[in-house]
Amino acid sequence: MQNSIADPTTTASGPTPKASLLSLRNLHKRFGKLVVLNGVSLEIEEGKTIVILGPSGTGKSVLLKHIVGLLRPDKGEVWFDGKRIDDQPERNLTDYRKNFGFLFQMGALFDSLNNLDNVAFPLVEHSTFDKEKIAELAQEKLRMVGLPEVGKKMPGELSGGQRKRVALARAIAMGPRVILYDEPTTGLDPIRSDVINELILKLQRELNVTSIVVTHDMNGAFKVADRMVLLTDGKVRFDGTPEEIRTTDDEIVRQFIAGEAGVAELESLRSNGQSVEPQMEEDKK
Amino acid sequence: MPAQYIETVGRSNNNALALLGDFSIFVAQTFRWLFSTVFRLRTWRLVLPQMYDVGVKSVPVIAVTGAFIGMVMAIESYNQFKSIGQEERMGSIINLSVVKQIGPVLAAVMLAGRIGGALTAELGTMNVTEQLDALRVMGADPIRYLVVPRLLACLLLTPILTIYSDLLGVLGGYFVAVQAFGVPSAPYWQFSEQAIDSWQIFEGIFKSFFFGGAIGLISCYKGFTCGAGASGVGRACTESFVASFVAIMILNFLFAKLLQDIYIAIYGVKSMFG
Repeated sequence: MQNSIADPTTTASGPTPKASLLSLRNLHKRFGKLVVLNGVSLEIEEGKTIVILGPSGTGKSVLLKHIVGLLRPDKGEVWFDGKRIDDQPERNLTDYRKNFGFLFQMGALFDSLNNLDNVAFPLVEHSTFDKEKIAELAQEKLRMVGLPEVGKKMPGELSGGQRKRVALARAIAMGPRVILYDEPTTGLDPIRSDVINELILKLQRELNVTSIVVTHDMNGAFKVADRMVLLTDGKVRFDGTPEEIRTTDDEIVRQFIAGEAGVAELESLRSNGQSVEPQMEEDKK
Repeated sequence: MPAQYIETVGRSNNNALALLGDFSIFVAQTFRWLFSTVFRLRTWRLVLPQMYDVGVKSVPVIAVTGAFIGMVMAIESYNQFKSIGQEERMGSIINLSVVKQIGPVLAAVMLAGRIGGALTAELGTMNVTEQLDALRVMGADPIRYLVVPRLLACLLLTPILTIYSDLLGVLGGYFVAVQAFGVPSAPYWQFSEQAIDSWQIFEGIFKSFFFGGAIGLISCYKGFTCGAGASGVGRACTESFVASFVAIMILNFLFAKLLQDIYIAIYGVKSMFG
């Protein structure tokens, strides 16, 4: 069946602006009664690193999954390189997804394969190379992430940081145009986190990829970002450079990047604390 | 309140229908991939390890199940047959029951517990750790890569394990009836041969093929759709066994009626008592 990804000239929505590789337009998504995305629009340029920040549960990982078609928006559109993606059937997305590498939060390495076979998996699925060439390419990717010696080991034998690096090697195996990082440093100590952030920068320089990083790690965010986006309540609250976010007047944004609990959160803690204090015997009389 | 009751009944019916629809789509996608990839070498490279897990590792439990079925049936039926002086005919009842019904059904139930639970746990864990999403992102359909090999292994090996279970059931019954209770061996086998023809054996194996399919599809589906976390996976394993068990019972009933009618249409009613 021929790939019928929409030609931009035939749709009412129109093509992406020339500079944008990826265009997210007015995305809405809910799960039952929970509204996660409430009109998110982003234009993402090629070759840049964009960091997406936001409180837990605000839809950052859900947004990443919309980009690769793992989720479909209830309303809104996803465009990539001038073609609309969100309305495509699953079988048409295989070629589209070859443009992406995805580093999942816990790595998502396949437990039944050793690390070399994990990295080689996309090459086995999509390339016409022979076994030796695939093994050579996979080993090269492991070298790029600084783990040339772990190929024969199983994922379960590695530390959390090593698993993420192997997962990153797998994400870049096919030479993607875009790498998506879903909380790449979560669960890692500060040193291992910095190793991952350095890898993000290294891959950006060496492979000239577009990187979309979802993270809570503010140090890492400032280190790798060309542009920062803050999501709150399912919408984009801030979209600008790291310098702009440091000097913004928006109190909510300043609190988030400083890691300060807001008045509402503190009030909630105080009122919850009063309700659980035990009633003293004298008070009962 | 009547309105609340109606709402509850309506919602649960809606949910049941949605579940049935979702499962039907899953089955349709699985068979689409199965028929399009069954002749590819790459598929069989994935099937062989599954055949080891489903088949070879199940041999001990199937052996025990089969053997004890036959032995228990001999113990339970001996006194009744002896009281009417017909203990030599025990073999016909024991062996017919084993090859037609008890052997296939109990073997399938054992496999539903052993294999079904393992498949659901494995795929459920992959689901909650985003490995299924990772497969999709890398352009590999999880149904093609994970479900089809497991289904093929269940379809191929459940009948073979059933044959093995039947054999051990027959031997177990023989051991108790002839060796322990002293029933003469020659008439024991002679009456067995009168009661059991190829059709009876075919029936048991034919049904087991579908039992294996039900176990494979249900346990993979439950793994793919489990809830989050360890509790979600655990709940899915329990539901997988229960659903497989009920499916085996229903399929057994339907095939018993269908195959009985076909047999009578072809051969007429045949008495096992000569």
